[in-house]
Amino acid sequence: MFGWEFPPFSSGGLGTACFGLTKGLKNHNVDVTFVMPKKFDDMKAEFVELISADCSGGKIAVNSPIIAYMTPEEYNEKVLSSNNPNKSSIYGKNLFAEVLRYAKKAAIIAKKYPHDVIHAHDWLTYKAGIEAKKASGKPLVIHVHATEFDRTGGNGVNQFVYDIEREGMEMADKIIAVSNFTKNKIIYNYGVNPDKITVVHNAVEFTNSKYNHNFVIKETDKVVLFLGRVTLQKGPDYFIQAAKKALELDPIIKFIVAGAGVMLRQTIEKAAELGIADKVLFTGFINPNEVDKLYKIADLYVMPSVSEPFGITPLEAMRNNVPVLISKQSGVSEVLNHCLKVDFWDIDSMVNKMLGVLKYEALTNTLKHHASIEIQKFNWDEPAKKCLEVYNKTLSGDTVG
Amino acid sequence: MHQPFRLRNYSVFDIGKSHEYFNEEKNKEVLLKVAEKCYIPTNKLMLKMLKNHPRFKISYSFSGTVLEQLEKYSPETLNLFQQLADTKQVELLNETYYHSLAFIYSKTEFKQQVKLHKKKIKSLFNITPKIFRNTELIYNNELANYIESMGYKGILAEGADHILQWRSPNFLYKPKTTKNIKLLLKNYKLSDDIAFRFSNKGWKEWPLTVPKFGKWINAVNGNGNCVNLFMDYETFGEHQWKDTGIFKFLDALPAELLKHPDNNFKTPSELVKEYDPVAELDIHNLISWADVERDLSAWLGNHMQKSAIEYIYQLEKGIKKSKNKELIEDWRKLQTSDHFYYMCTKWFNDGDVHKYFNPYDSPYDSFIAFMNIINDLKLRLGKRQKK
Repeated sequence: MFGWEFPPFSSGGLGTACFGLTKGLKNHNVDVTFVMPKKFDDMKAEFVELISADCSGGKIAVNSPIIAYMTPEEYNEKVLSSNNPNKSSIYGKNLFAEVLRYAKKAAIIAKKYPHDVIHAHDWLTYKAGIEAKKASGKPLVIHVHATEFDRTGGNGVNQFVYDIEREGMEMADKIIAVSNFTKNKIIYNYGVNPDKITVVHNAVEFTNSKYNHNFVIKETDKVVLFLGRVTLQKGPDYFIQAAKKALELDPIIKFIVAGAGVMLRQTIEKAAELGIADKVLFTGFINPNEVDKLYKIADLYVMPSVSEPFGITPLEAMRNNVPVLISKQSGVSEVLNHCLKVDFWDIDSMVNKMLGVLKYEALTNTLKHHASIEIQKFNWDEPAKKCLEVYNKTLSGDTVG
Repeated sequence: MHQPFRLRNYSVFDIGKSHEYFNEEKNKEVLLKVAEKCYIPTNKLMLKMLKNHPRFKISYSFSGTVLEQLEKYSPETLNLFQQLADTKQVELLNETYYHSLAFIYSKTEFKQQVKLHKKKIKSLFNITPKIFRNTELIYNNELANYIESMGYKGILAEGADHILQWRSPNFLYKPKTTKNIKLLLKNYKLSDDIAFRFSNKGWKEWPLTVPKFGKWINAVNGNGNCVNLFMDYETFGEHQWKDTGIFKFLDALPAELLKHPDNNFKTPSELVKEYDPVAELDIHNLISWADVERDLSAWLGNHMQKSAIEYIYQLEKGIKKSKNKELIEDWRKLQTSDHFYYMCTKWFNDGDVHKYFNPYDSPYDSFIAFMNIINDLKLRLGKRQKK
């Protein structure tokens, strides 16, 4: 299995999903060799054999400049322009070179480690999957967690990324999409035969949170939380607009924007411009260990994504007993009933529902009650089972349908 | 027969600005659709059947809200109902004007709504009802007792299994704690055979023919005094579409049943006059005709529903004291049980019948709209009180 990140060193849903899925697969007696571009000393998964793509070169890098969801521009800015002493020796000239370097290593790993099926997560690893397939001749399953159309909102699609995605989809024996929402994007934007695609919705890990409800901003304040990368795809600008309108009706609400991303500065400036800088708190990058702490102080979690292939965070919020408001433009809205849903662009409706939760305790109680039951069905056993079915199909030579 | 005044998707931004709570367009649209598919064709058929079979009888229970809507949007339908009422083979029942759950929350309001309903029936049909049926057949001993004290001779309830156990719904009963009032029970099996299962091809008795149904009714002879078939009027043409053959079934039913010398049709008043109760029934917990549970969980099953309805009745004193006609009327229209039904989360997972009748995307959305309206109502009331 080729991935790009793995907890605790992950910046988003991709790492979480890979972690849950491999764990679920292990329960179905599937041995997973998880390959990543970098190896960290304290990667925690005991149920997968973690291989860093750098092992083959005998080199283990400690600090990685690469994170999932990185855009080519970010790579240039963060990796190449930094004073990173390793930059010239280890990393490629740009993100694409790095992707290709990973792919080359993948071919070597595929020859060395026995396997039956190759499973590659998102575009950064498709090339690796393809090279591995060429090397071992085993079937390739690609897992689409997001497409370039989600990341860019359809404007400024990077041709190189698109080409890799399309190549991956064509070369794959089977495609797994995280939602029907994503499946449709694959069909309409990449021209893939629908029969080749299986929808496997994500799930959520059940862990007991370490935090008590003692970290409070202010007793009387109601807290609305945005948590995710601060990028166009996640709709932080809609969140800020909604905050402005909500504050006009109820000034004691606090809004938290948790996460980093290319739109962070712009979002902070927008909050200042709207005169609500004192009501909107920005945390910057959030360590995954801190995430539960944020949920504990939130009265409402909002995911206003413009285009969300799945969206695991609402499930995490539900797991933490927080009512959830999500955009209808998300994969997770296909499978969730006990939450509030809005079109991401419908600010008034977003505010209406936000204030509904904050004002009417009975709504919060009912949402929490049903969500706590509904969340039980989202365990990784089910998606793992579905992935296994896809594997078995590729192994029986059934490549379409 | 009932239609609610459905609410607009009233938003938090409307509070204090707009007092238009009801979705007039939608209410009109639904009423006209149902009138065309059900009310008008069924009424015409009933008129014909009553004429062809002088022994055929039927009873109607209209909510005040549906009558208001008929007056406003479909006088043609109302006129047909008036013709039906004039036949002397038709009985009209009494219920709460606003199809409300008032009995549970305010006896004063309940009584006022029953009286309002009585007045409405009198003014439209020139009939004074003698038999009472509560919203959604919600019932207990206390209600029977209360209704008896208001002068009624009979009351309807669901023939729920958990109440009846080994007993039959095909007799009259005496409610515990009452003196003379008689209890009529809905035979839900035979009623639902028509109302729910008629067109269900997965049902082992499908297709339901008139002789087959007649045979089931005849089987009660010697073992019961009555079979109370009670169903939504929308069964005819709306829940069961015309192409299922429901109208033909209905048309042929009287002749088939009257073939048997022991069969006859009776209105509830006639039953109450002619038969004595066979036993006393003790129903202290509230029952209804809804869902498998036959309880109140469809309207009062979750926090949202309970909290919303409690808010409504908390306003009663102030609203009535205001003596403001619009305020009182809006407040009463908000009591209609449908608003709470839309907030039901019981079956939301499976999306069945509740979803079908729900104009909102989710029970949560309906709660928010409802509570926003309550807040506006409170503001209006507050302004009047200050004056």
